[in-house]
Amino acid sequence: MLRPSTTLPRRGHGPLWRNPAIRALIVQAVLFLVLAAFIGYLVHNTLLNLEARGIHTGFGFLEGRAGFSIPQTLIEYTSDSTYGRTFVIGLLNTLLVSALGIVAATIIGFLVGIARLSPNWLLARLATIYVETFRNIPLLVQILFWYYAVLRALPSPRQSLSLFDAFFFNVRGMVMPDPQPLDGFAATPWALLVAVVVTILFGVFAKRRQASTGKSLPVYWIGLTIIVGLPLIVFLATGSPLEWTLPEMAGFNFRGGINILPELLALWLALSIYTAAFIAEIVRSGILSVSHGQTEAARSLSLPEAITLRKVVIPQAMRVIIPQMTSQYLNLIKNSSLATAIGYPDLVAVFAGTTLNQTGQAIEIIAMTMAVYLVISLTVSFLMNLYNARTLLKER
Amino acid sequence: MTTDSTFRTEMIEARDAPDQRRGVIGWFRANLFNGPINSIVSIVVIYLLARLIWPFLEWAVIDADWIGTTRDACTGQGACWVFISARFESIIYGFYPEAARWRVDIVFALLAILVAWLAVPKLPYKKWVALFALIGLPIIAYFLLVGGSFGLEYVPTRAWGGLMLTLTIAVLGIVGSLPLGIILALGRRSKMPFVKGICVIFIEFWRGVPLITVLFMASVMLPLFVPGNLDFDKLLRALIGIMFFWSAYMAEVIRSGLQAIGKGQTEAGQALGLNYWQRTGLIVLPQALKLVIPGIVNTFIALFKDTSLVLIIGLFDLLAIIRAGLTDSNWLGFSTEGYVFAAAVYWIFCFSMSRYSLYIERRLNTGHKR
Repeated sequence: MLRPSTTLPRRGHGPLWRNPAIRALIVQAVLFLVLAAFIGYLVHNTLLNLEARGIHTGFGFLEGRAGFSIPQTLIEYTSDSTYGRTFVIGLLNTLLVSALGIVAATIIGFLVGIARLSPNWLLARLATIYVETFRNIPLLVQILFWYYAVLRALPSPRQSLSLFDAFFFNVRGMVMPDPQPLDGFAATPWALLVAVVVTILFGVFAKRRQASTGKSLPVYWIGLTIIVGLPLIVFLATGSPLEWTLPEMAGFNFRGGINILPELLALWLALSIYTAAFIAEIVRSGILSVSHGQTEAARSLSLPEAITLRKVVIPQAMRVIIPQMTSQYLNLIKNSSLATAIGYPDLVAVFAGTTLNQTGQAIEIIAMTMAVYLVISLTVSFLMNLYNARTLLKER
Repeated sequence: MTTDSTFRTEMIEARDAPDQRRGVIGWFRANLFNGPINSIVSIVVIYLLARLIWPFLEWAVIDADWIGTTRDACTGQGACWVFISARFESIIYGFYPEAARWRVDIVFALLAILVAWLAVPKLPYKKWVALFALIGLPIIAYFLLVGGSFGLEYVPTRAWGGLMLTLTIAVLGIVGSLPLGIILALGRRSKMPFVKGICVIFIEFWRGVPLITVLFMASVMLPLFVPGNLDFDKLLRALIGIMFFWSAYMAEVIRSGLQAIGKGQTEAGQALGLNYWQRTGLIVLPQALKLVIPGIVNTFIALFKDTSLVLIIGLFDLLAIIRAGLTDSNWLGFSTEGYVFAAAVYWIFCFSMSRYSLYIERRLNTGHKR
């Protein structure tokens, strides 16, 4: 009788390359050698080229005097500052426009995303048109459009368009009132901080209380009252120590007030409008991803409509929305580098642009610029992985 | 049996719904004015449309100037599309020599036929057409566009521009990034730690940096990497950067497809005695790629939109040509027309691709819907 062999073939039987483990080792070794040789070749060429062009590598250039001015600086900077300082200035400007863009894009995106699901036919269509229009036009075209076709077409400072006589729009950007803190203003931010801490503690307490007694407290309203009320009381009690300097026309330009560059406005508008179109789609798909059975179950428990939305639909939708939203935020931060097309002084325009042209240290500067974006991306995706692990559906 | 007058013996005709519930009025009531809040919203939206969309239409169509060749033709209150029509040739061909433009036309036509063939599901020989589009077309296009052989005049890439350059970058970017993306996706799922590590680092690196810095790197650093006497074409440098960048995104899309294919498929292949490449090429990849066609098309859309970034490193693509036209001293002050036109061209391409991706998604969905 023929019986199948029950013993495995002996190890080392047959030629070596038939053994998967050894084959994998060989493949990896060959790959390693090829890559190492290739990189070595590139490094060799680079060193030769650098020598031929008389470029010295190293980060010593960061100590050198920059000698150029930057139109928007969040911290002190003069043309006598170092190249290292231009890096910081550029980075801060990138972070500024990214933060502004993220806030605006989130607000517009949520509104449009919810509007797309509206039972109102017109509103839903309008939201669809918004998404399909702005999602399918390159961001660069939009930035150039806002900058050259809209903001550059505004009147000169003398004929500024004004809003409430406090905000003025002209070809040089936007001028808005400047808050001047007086003595005693410092108490208000502290009060805000205390209010936030108290609210968080109260939230924890309310959660514990609900867990043990089953009774819930109106955390949202009480928290809102504390966060708004406490700083307001302190602010009024210290005698409203804040003064607004209104911009005034003096000669050919405005004096006083904060001047916001048209480049910043254009970039901000374009980034928010573009990213909002994507966020709207994410919000819509997130809400639609919550299965209908969930809402029906909530209804059969006779939960009111508002509670169903707040406690059943939104928490489940958020699990879908937040990871995708984060990647949109990352895209926005990376896209803010298009600033260089209209001359907003962000990291790429200032550091990888002007500083690179002046010093010629291409390798160091591009490596530093890329490293900044890489660090931001990797940090955020690491945090996102943690979040995903925490909110993973706990299934049997 | 006697007839009973208490009961009807035949059906009475169904009555129409009340006036307020049918026809135009009914539709308006059901969709726009079904409640106080909705009514207010509708009125606000109508007001917005009247304030925003109507003036735009008035500017772009009704009051616009369409005919003419010089600036003098711009007399109306609205847009002056003469600005576009006067430089239409250069918007399409860039600085490509006029006598040789038929070569571009042939490539355009070939591209259109191939794309149409691949997009219409009913046509046969998909595999061979796709293979031809991926390998044959670039070779033919290279000989036709660059020239220098077969008696064709040599046209350097710095003379390329306009829509032709945009499409060249987009198509080559797609053709290059798709195979590279497949290899990276397979590598990332490999059990060999070194292969996997290399692929993860490669993918995460390109996904973590903005395309602009990649293009800067390609234009500033690539020349340093090759022996000093080698002249490195500017377009080629940008293309290498674009391919690497998008292959990382492509790899992630394909990886999601690979993950969706059950382990049983691989195991069945193993049981049949197929080796890794047979299992991958014949069983896993065809299923995985089919699943992620919408994702791949979406990546194409993003790639197409981002071709506009090459203007920053000084290539004259569609957007850059239009921008250059705006600085022409005969045509100052037409930036709105220029950018709206550019936006419209990109929009048409991207919107049709996204519609196509939706259509494919619906077609592929048939088996999985519950």
